[in-house]
Amino acid sequence: MRELHTKLISLFPIGELTEQRPNLAFVTVPQEHLRSVLLHLRDCEGFTHLILLTAVDWLEEGQFQLTYLLSNRTAGRDIGLRVMLARDGATMQSIHDVWPTAATYQRELREMFGIDFPGSPRLHEEFILEGWNDIPPYRRDFDTLKYAEENYSQRPGRETRDPAAHMKQQLT
Amino acid sequence: MKDELKIRVVKGPDGVEFEVEPLKDYYCEAAPTVMPAAYIKIVEDLFNWARSESIWILGFGTGCGAIEMRPLMTPRFDAYRFGVQWRPTPRQANLFVISGYLSTKTLKRAIRSYEQMQNPKYVIGLGSCTINGGMYWDSYNTIKRLDDYLPVDLYIAGCMPRPEALLAGFQDMKKLIRAGKAEGANLYAENFEWYKANQKRVIHDWDMPDYNW
Repeated sequence: MRELHTKLISLFPIGELTEQRPNLAFVTVPQEHLRSVLLHLRDCEGFTHLILLTAVDWLEEGQFQLTYLLSNRTAGRDIGLRVMLARDGATMQSIHDVWPTAATYQRELREMFGIDFPGSPRLHEEFILEGWNDIPPYRRDFDTLKYAEENYSQRPGRETRDPAAHMKQQLT
Repeated sequence: MKDELKIRVVKGPDGVEFEVEPLKDYYCEAAPTVMPAAYIKIVEDLFNWARSESIWILGFGTGCGAIEMRPLMTPRFDAYRFGVQWRPTPRQANLFVISGYLSTKTLKRAIRSYEQMQNPKYVIGLGSCTINGGMYWDSYNTIKRLDDYLPVDLYIAGCMPRPEALLAGFQDMKKLIRAGKAEGANLYAENFEWYKANQKRVIHDWDMPDYNW
């Protein structure tokens, strides 16, 4: 992975390499260079398969992190590209023309995180949720417990115990 | 609302144009009615005995519990020896096993399937998710109490219950039916407004008729 990173860093202004395993590494890419890096990796480096596209909500930093995980099947190695986005009005360019499967991931991210991907097909159709009327549920400022208590009736009599304290009490 | 449910003008084969309102024209609007018992108790008991010996389950797996129903169909547990079998369509089934958690999206389908089943019909809630939410107690899209939305005749507790527990549950269900205590469908008809209000409170995009018969 080192030599690939050396090659990439001479072409694009990308960040440091984080090696997870000998055959898996992550690298941070500026938002505007993502597309050219993806195309370079796909066409010149053999990373032909988009494994997944997912997001992480860094609420404290006010950022979303998108992770594009690519796989090179012949060499048996994977690379993850991280893109940091501003959390307010998060918008990212769509890559559905590079990998058609990305359209599905982008639909999911739009629904669950509220990240917009202009131009992506069927982006505003409902993906998993039906009739959702709150902020996107995977955002970390969405309080899932509060939402559940307000919307779904609860059977009385349910007890909750802290597992650690309960086991300690049971063992003494 | 989906496009196919909107009111539209259709041109018939004879050239006459007419208006179609799918929610009204394609479904029966009449609410469910209470099914009275037979005129004499001994006949009702005979009916109930017959009903208890022909439990036909709707093959609709709603959550992870559906995986526990598959071994029951095969020789190891073989539920068929108890007169229990699975049917592919709600029209042929009389027992609906809600097998685990119900997301609001699945709840909508479960309601449609339940209402399409013919009387007499029964509901079994399987697993702790149907009882009090189970491990989905703080989930943003999972209901926590099934009997607010569908009339449940019997709960089988566990997470997940083993196939043996289901077999025992089917035997209990038979006892309930034979005793004439499995009146879920009538309960649903009697409290139809209450059930509908509960259902509509969690299903925000209600795009089906009130009664899907």
